[in-house]
Amino acid sequence: MATKKFMFVNRKAPYGTIYALESLEVVLISAAFDQEVSLAFIDDGVYQITKGQDTTGIGQKNFSKAYQALGDYDINKLYVEKESLEERGLTLDDLMELTWEDEDDDYAEKPSIHLVDRAAMSGLMADQEVVISF
Amino acid sequence: MAMLHIVNKSPFERNAFESCLNHASAGDAILMIEDAAVGAITKTAFAAKVEAALQDKSVYVLSGDLAARGLSEDRIISGVETVDYAGFVDLTVNNDTTQSWL
Repeated sequence: MATKKFMFVNRKAPYGTIYALESLEVVLISAAFDQEVSLAFIDDGVYQITKGQDTTGIGQKNFSKAYQALGDYDINKLYVEKESLEERGLTLDDLMELTWEDEDDDYAEKPSIHLVDRAAMSGLMADQEVVISF
Repeated sequence: MAMLHIVNKSPFERNAFESCLNHASAGDAILMIEDAAVGAITKTAFAAKVEAALQDKSVYVLSGDLAARGLSEDRIISGVETVDYAGFVDLTVNNDTTQSWL
């Protein structure tokens, strides 16, 4: 099967709507098809990967830990838009530490999150063969 | 006649929150729930509008919704109060009417 460049664009905060969880499920499914997958977190999508999420007060399942598993499925290109963080009073320190192990580099742990500005994000989108937006 | 305004949409995604602030009267209460909870924290592009509302209105945020989004209570805008579900009920009882900004 031919490999294509897929990007999943996440634009919604988690829990208030089902988009974030649905996106994560599709991303995990896509990992089974050996495609070149990247994730973009723009606008309210940046809230999906904040650290310290605690859903005990709202009676919903906390699915934020599932993002930690993405590295094990070779999904290690998570692009976070700098301007989206700034507009929301957030910095990289507010996000989970998401990493992957590089088997070509003695299984060194490397960060999966890449901070990019809006212009760079636009360029990344332009590079894709398939873009799926949530 | 005080009204409780309930907002559940992120101010960065929809204009419901802003419209609520534009229409609420002095003495009213505004409660942020669900995705609107992200509007409660400092240094955002929306914080100035919440701070302006605090001049003559009381503003609340549902604590469980803040925590679910990884936002700790020490970063909420000064003057915004946190409430739990029991506090939510109190707000509905203590105001004459409620309006949900969907």
